[in-house]
Amino acid sequence: MDLVQMQKSLQDYTKSLFLEGVLDSQFLQLQQLQDESNPDFVSQVVTLFFQDSDRILNDLSLSLDQQVVDFKKVDPHVHQLKGSSSSIGAQRVKNACVVFRNFCEQQNVEACHRCLQQVKQEYYLVKNRLETLFKLEQQIVASGGMIPAMELGF
Amino acid sequence: MARDGGVSCLRSSEMLNVGLGGMESPPLDLDEVHVLAVDDSLVDRIVIERLLRITSCKVTAVDSGWRALEFLGLDNEKASAELDRLKVDMIITDYCMPGMTGYELLKKIKESSSFRQVPVVIMSSENVLTRIDMCLEEGAEDFLLKPVKLADVKRLRNHLTGDVKLSNGNKRKLPEDSVTVHALLPPPPALTLSTDSSDSSPPLSPVEVFSSPLSSQEDDDVLTTSPGSSPTPEESMGRRQKMRSPGLD
Repeated sequence: MDLVQMQKSLQDYTKSLFLEGVLDSQFLQLQQLQDESNPDFVSQVVTLFFQDSDRILNDLSLSLDQQVVDFKKVDPHVHQLKGSSSSIGAQRVKNACVVFRNFCEQQNVEACHRCLQQVKQEYYLVKNRLETLFKLEQQIVASGGMIPAMELGF
Repeated sequence: MARDGGVSCLRSSEMLNVGLGGMESPPLDLDEVHVLAVDDSLVDRIVIERLLRITSCKVTAVDSGWRALEFLGLDNEKASAELDRLKVDMIITDYCMPGMTGYELLKKIKESSSFRQVPVVIMSSENVLTRIDMCLEEGAEDFLLKPVKLADVKRLRNHLTGDVKLSNGNKRKLPEDSVTVHALLPPPPALTLSTDSSDSSPPLSPVEVFSSPLSSQEDDDVLTTSPGSSPTPEESMGRRQKMRSPGLD
């Protein structure tokens, strides 16, 4: 695949993520913060997000598996995940967290279990998509090309 | 890579500078804006730090209200003479933090004689009017809805430059021989990252197109309630209106 094709693929792929609602405009905000002096900013932040989220999801699983669920512990975790996913533009993860928090408030254990599954699903989805996106970018850079700026004609 | 703990740094080379306690570093250029950012979320800390640096601010980022007070020298009764020289031009803090909330931090800052003049900006993911009012009433300069955008920070920055230029008389002057507590500060941004870059950065049009309908660039989105909401006291309204687009005139 030549450079132009790779760049087009990347743009199409990124666009699809927005169209599917996997990413929102906050991701574009992050891209604005990337430049020659900070060429890996987005992937750095996203990597931190992954590390943070892995930990939070683990803690959440443990908390919800307790005999008596302590919602005072569960809610802050979800709040944290909601915040960080919002900060990187992981829209569906964020939305799933919003639903999760509502059920935390209601102290509905069963619903919370379902919410956790939903959050995990969305999280693994965005993780997978972003990892693919970064790979595409790396291929372009390795071929001596530049990452094209996002063109949003939709 | 960043490490969690007191202060976040993006590059490992910066970690060499970490550590309170008398490390020699050049005194801050009085023209440079120094912002203290407070957020318990590592991801948010990295983002706000970058947002501030890209708008030519020097940044110290800490992960809690306590560390902020520690940095400012407000954590014990005796005010340190050295720390009294600290130049902080703005404090931007998350509202929801474990231990000490941003509101509590705001109060402590406004109670201190050394730092009560410093503008304090609150960030929150929740657009709760009572919360906003409470913070403004306590003397917060502004209230930003998370996730924070570049336009929000640029606006703050422009506002701040205005203040610094106008009220240089109020700013503490750094004596030449003082050692500032800026061991925590990362080195200044690379030369390529001049103030110009904030205005002529890579193609903004797609982002502008994308962000204007969706973002809360105008304060209206942050401040307005949904239609048919309960009336708010005139005082709060006035205060909130005063917040609106100070830099957009």
